[in-house]
Amino acid sequence: MKELIVRFLIGGAIVSLFASLGEIFRPKSFAGLFGAAPSIALATIGLTIAHDGKAYAAVEARSMVFGAAGFFCYASAASWILMRYRPRALTVTIALLPLWLGTSLGLWLLFSR
Amino acid sequence: MVEAKLSALKGIKPHEWAVRFVFGGLCTVVAGLIAKHFGPGVGGLFLAFPAIFPAGASLIEAHEKEHKARIGFDGTMRGRAAASVDAAGAAIGCIGLAGFAVVVWRGLELHNACVVIGLAAVVWAGLSLGFWMARKSGAGRRALGRR
Repeated sequence: MKELIVRFLIGGAIVSLFASLGEIFRPKSFAGLFGAAPSIALATIGLTIAHDGKAYAAVEARSMVFGAAGFFCYASAASWILMRYRPRALTVTIALLPLWLGTSLGLWLLFSR
Repeated sequence: MVEAKLSALKGIKPHEWAVRFVFGGLCTVVAGLIAKHFGPGVGGLFLAFPAIFPAGASLIEAHEKEHKARIGFDGTMRGRAAASVDAAGAAIGCIGLAGFAVVVWRGLELHNACVVIGLAAVVWAGLSLGFWMARKSGAGRRALGRR
């Protein structure tokens, strides 16, 4: 339980920090870079190394490459749909989450077997 | 030209800070639980989960809308266009995110963890900035060519 609370606090703080950087900078396309900052990774890698070792963290990082590829497809699709059809941002970004999961998991299955 | 406006932070409401903190914290906890349950292979995917992206895009849309409403305009469409531009920036940032992951993956078992994580963060920033500048200059050249 203690570990979960520590993860929650560290994760919340780092994600908030990168979100703040995204608010500070202009233009918006530059600020958007912080939306894909390695916030969760930075929050958890240290704890993972401490609990499970470097080899375990390295396996996670390898999978993170596929997660980043999924994020790229997800963000590109969200950007295109928002610009082309102008629906509500929250609707699009939530509705497209299965695209992230499908792409990430598909690439991981393809390259890890 | 990139500019930093610290005053932009004053416009963020307390509940917006809370949303980001809670979403970020929850995503970090869930990523850890998934890794424990399904192993580091699946768990690692969630290190690149779009943690606060939906909340962030929604807040950008709302801020732009409020901004336009203050001067008597309906900023709905402009807000959504701003969210689109932010998402395009995030897509470029994903190249940096992949670079971060590759450095940690290849370097962690051979070198000091702090050095590797520090280097990975530098690679993320360098790749993101480099690709953003390349895209910006490419778009600028195309715009000039159309004139």
